[in-house]
Amino acid sequence: MRIGIVCPYTWDVPGGVQSHVRDLTEALLASGHEVSVIAPADDDAPLPPYVVSAGRAVPVPYNGSVARLSFGFLSAARVRRWIREGRFDVLHVHEPASPSLGVLACWAADGPIVATFHASFERSRALSAAGPILQSALEKITARIAVSEKARKTLVEHLGGDAVLIPNGVTTERYTMATPLPGWPGDDGALGFLGRMDEQRKGLPVLLRAFETLGRERPGLRLLLAGPGDAEEIRAKVSPELRSRVVNLGLVSEADKVRALHSVDVFVAPNTGGESFGIVLAEAMAAGAPILASDIPAFNRVLLGGRAGALFRVGDPAALAAGAAELLDDAPRRKQLSDEAKAAVRVYDWSTVARDVVRVYETVAGDTGVVEITQSRP
Amino acid sequence: MTEILLNVALLVAVLILLGVYVSWRATRIDRLHVRLETARAVLDAALVRRAAVALELAASRQLDPATSLLLAAAAHEARIADADNREFAESDLSRALRAVVDQPDFRRTLADREDGAALLDDLDAAVRKVSYARSFYNNAVTATRTARRKLLPRVLPLSGRAPLPEFFEIDDAPPET
Repeated sequence: MRIGIVCPYTWDVPGGVQSHVRDLTEALLASGHEVSVIAPADDDAPLPPYVVSAGRAVPVPYNGSVARLSFGFLSAARVRRWIREGRFDVLHVHEPASPSLGVLACWAADGPIVATFHASFERSRALSAAGPILQSALEKITARIAVSEKARKTLVEHLGGDAVLIPNGVTTERYTMATPLPGWPGDDGALGFLGRMDEQRKGLPVLLRAFETLGRERPGLRLLLAGPGDAEEIRAKVSPELRSRVVNLGLVSEADKVRALHSVDVFVAPNTGGESFGIVLAEAMAAGAPILASDIPAFNRVLLGGRAGALFRVGDPAALAAGAAELLDDAPRRKQLSDEAKAAVRVYDWSTVARDVVRVYETVAGDTGVVEITQSRP
Repeated sequence: MTEILLNVALLVAVLILLGVYVSWRATRIDRLHVRLETARAVLDAALVRRAAVALELAASRQLDPATSLLLAAAAHEARIADADNREFAESDLSRALRAVVDQPDFRRTLADREDGAALLDDLDAAVRKVSYARSFYNNAVTATRTARRKLLPRVLPLSGRAPLPEFFEIDDAPPET
């Protein structure tokens, strides 16, 4: 299949939408499809062979922050030419409601258009005001995908209509190999936690309370924390005699995150609720870290009811401590959990997610011919 | 005299602008109807495809006869249902498929048999495409209905004699994967 993908944000600046487009494109290419991506990019930016530049993006205030967007006659002309020359079976537009290449592509094209909505917000004045202007462009979209329940809700509330849910994938092979951080996990055991530290739902307080007992029972046990949050505030919550064994890396790079996952004996996910999917859990599974997670429904499902990771009663520090102690003393069981997790996470791999996206393409593409330039005014 | 001419010119200009605007709105509604018809055809094709795969599975001789009979009956009902009963029959097929595929160890057992894995892949794809196609069709219905509820299309026959489209509501929850 020939697929044209429109990325509205500057290719060379990191961001959620950009990495989604990159991972999806690479998964599609790997399964034998022809893909061309158009994205804003600086003229001298190094681009992968499948990306076509739509010119420089301009930083402008939009929806409460400064976004780098691509608009104007020049961009519109480049998008038109790209569509005309691409002869795509399907056009896949990302974030079509942002004032950038996405909406330009919708205006210019006639044929099967798939759109993926990423953003989620409680209320967007920009989107509400833009509704009527966007309407005639959005009316041309044949199939709508939302990447999360939140994004879907935003879409329903602001623009009306529904979307099918296809979540982000995890590129599991990026997590499988990494060198542990120097000195980790050590001989006396190490527990790990990844995520926002100041967000109650991520459950760090439960883990810290469990560490009060675990740390006293096991004199060498260490706790590795990584994620955004106030480091001093966290340390203050730990008893002074245990403080030296709680190591806080703070906000880490993608590469260090993977290394951290390889640096612990047990990865703890003490979330108390709210996770619809748990991308962090999937990443830990891909890294093959033995997992101990709270038994909230989402984690129970991802961990196959305890087969791919041990579960403890949500919000219960004593249960967490007992579960962690059991795993720390049982290396064969940890190995078994790690192997099961690596197998189970394949469902969340980009190759699987991309297969669902291809099913959407096949549903709408049919035999209607290629995407063409619209003849009438939009 | 010049004043009358000026007024006439102004009137003509207003009429031309109005005409352009009305034709633009008509183009939009027309495009929505094309999208709606395409989406409906896609949905029908997806439903037919799903029934065909269910029949193929029933006839594959990889299942026990009771399961085969159950699937074949549900798929057949879905294929012959008239417009009034279509939604019920398709929902019944979804439920039959779930009852069959969600049996303990069904997937593992079938995957080990000849052609079993391929059949399962076909079935998963067909089932998924039904729910996708239905979502896209219902979206097209929403958009068309919204557009036609506006004042202009109600006073002018912009949509010709096309009836107001109806949503397609079925239970299309897929079996567990």
